[in-house]
Amino acid sequence: MVVFLHELRQNRLVVTIWTLSIAFFLATCVMLFPQMKDSMGDLNASFSSMGAFTEAFGMDRLNFTTLIGFYGVECSNIIGIGGAFFAAMIGISSLSKEEKDHTVEFLLTHPISRDRVMAEKLLSLVMELVLMNFVVLLVAIASIRMIGEDIPWKEIFLLHGANAFLQLELVFLCFGISAFLKKHGFGIGLGIAIILYFLNLIANITEEAKFLKHLTPFGYADAADLVTEGKMDVTQICFGILVSVLVTLAGWIRYRRKDLP
Amino acid sequence: MSDDKNVIITKALTKTYGKARGIEHVDLCVKEGEFFGFMGPNGAGKSTTIRVLLGLLPRSDGQAYVFGLDSWADKVSILKRIGYLPSESFYYPRMKVKDILHLSEKLHGINCKKSREELCERLQLDPDRRVEELSFGNRKKVGIVAALQHQPELLILDEPTSGLDPLMQKVFFDILCERNAAGTTVFMSSHVLSEVQNYCHRGAIIKQGNIIASGNLDEWKKSGIRKVNFRGNADVQSLPDVKNLTVIGTQISFLYDGDVQTLLRILANGNVSDVTIQEPDLEEIFLHYYEEV
Repeated sequence: MVVFLHELRQNRLVVTIWTLSIAFFLATCVMLFPQMKDSMGDLNASFSSMGAFTEAFGMDRLNFTTLIGFYGVECSNIIGIGGAFFAAMIGISSLSKEEKDHTVEFLLTHPISRDRVMAEKLLSLVMELVLMNFVVLLVAIASIRMIGEDIPWKEIFLLHGANAFLQLELVFLCFGISAFLKKHGFGIGLGIAIILYFLNLIANITEEAKFLKHLTPFGYADAADLVTEGKMDVTQICFGILVSVLVTLAGWIRYRRKDLP
Repeated sequence: MSDDKNVIITKALTKTYGKARGIEHVDLCVKEGEFFGFMGPNGAGKSTTIRVLLGLLPRSDGQAYVFGLDSWADKVSILKRIGYLPSESFYYPRMKVKDILHLSEKLHGINCKKSREELCERLQLDPDRRVEELSFGNRKKVGIVAALQHQPELLILDEPTSGLDPLMQKVFFDILCERNAAGTTVFMSSHVLSEVQNYCHRGAIIKQGNIIASGNLDEWKKSGIRKVNFRGNADVQSLPDVKNLTVIGTQISFLYDGDVQTLLRILANGNVSDVTIQEPDLEEIFLHYYEEV
């Protein structure tokens, strides 16, 4: 597990910064809830009648005056966007950064196979996501406790669980794409995350574009759907994971015979 | 050292990058315990050959064996026994030298603390410095220690002295000669021909992806090619096998690969005040081959 531990060590600063940033903004958001709750009566009606904007963020189905409604609209977006960007970034740079920085020559002229390098790198990415999500979940629970609200365990686990699957899907997808790149590819990774996010917003706005929900992991991580239905769309999660695994597999095959600089 | 035991063999080894040339039909043979020089200018295909041998590039055609194992299929087994020094060494910038060397040690799965400390001391390399603070020459030293610390059976060195000052070059070659005397095979690519001449037993010259000459360096010198210098006038233009003709005032020099009697007759018929006929050095042989093919 030399490469696995090396990767964790190499990425420790990035993981720490992203984890603390997401956790900080999440906690700040939760802390705002008591203040917002008191002045929310009229605002809730306003937020519920803003047409496309309301539908895009699921505010027509979530009650802003309840903790889980507020958490679903505000906090879930922080985890969703922050987590997706983080996953896309670490996934897309995992293999390509070694080529861009020419460190791949050092790594692969040691007695270690490309299969093993890819497996250990992928495992380290999954571990980084687990660590990030664990800390963010703990901070979320602690923050809710601090403002004296009851913890809606089921919904919290649903929201955080679905976002973890979303990040997993993105990290596999970007890792697979990373095998085809020679440069860093940050732009590609972040671009993928942004496009997938907006696909879900568009799907929420119009009935005609509803099918887009099935093309993006943000579809099954949509807080309004999760809270109102009380369950994850397992079929869509499986479909998403399958697609990202296929892309990873394609990248894996490519990387095994790739000309390395 | 067994004369017939080959450490590196390539047969018609070819690597293309799409339609671009890499190397074509390269035949090489490096025997156990040899100090082998692989010569050619930039872009001739030296690094491509090395990268195919190390499994960084899959070959397009032909065969490549290291220690009798297929260089692509068995690369992990091969790399356990190899120390590789790239022409330019790149490392993870935030890491310290000692962390890089420790990572290399762990990837080899061998404890080489003693050897590492000895090499760092001889090369005057501070293991506590960060890689990003190192000069090109000091990064090269990190590469040398990483390549040598696990006591490999075969050293593959790509332009090994670029960036090293003359004192460090001497220390480096002293280490290489010690290792070679202890049985380590050294395969060194270089366009510094004096290095190859001073240290290598055999060599090969690559030009535009093709091997144009290979063999024992002493035999090359003892081959028919002679370097002729004379002062005065003689009809050397009429000689059929003259190469690299240089005329500076009355001083004329050229490489000659023809009949000695004809040469002497032409010189005797001319107005020559001083003449030397000697074995050419490697650089002249190199130029001879490069202009010939």
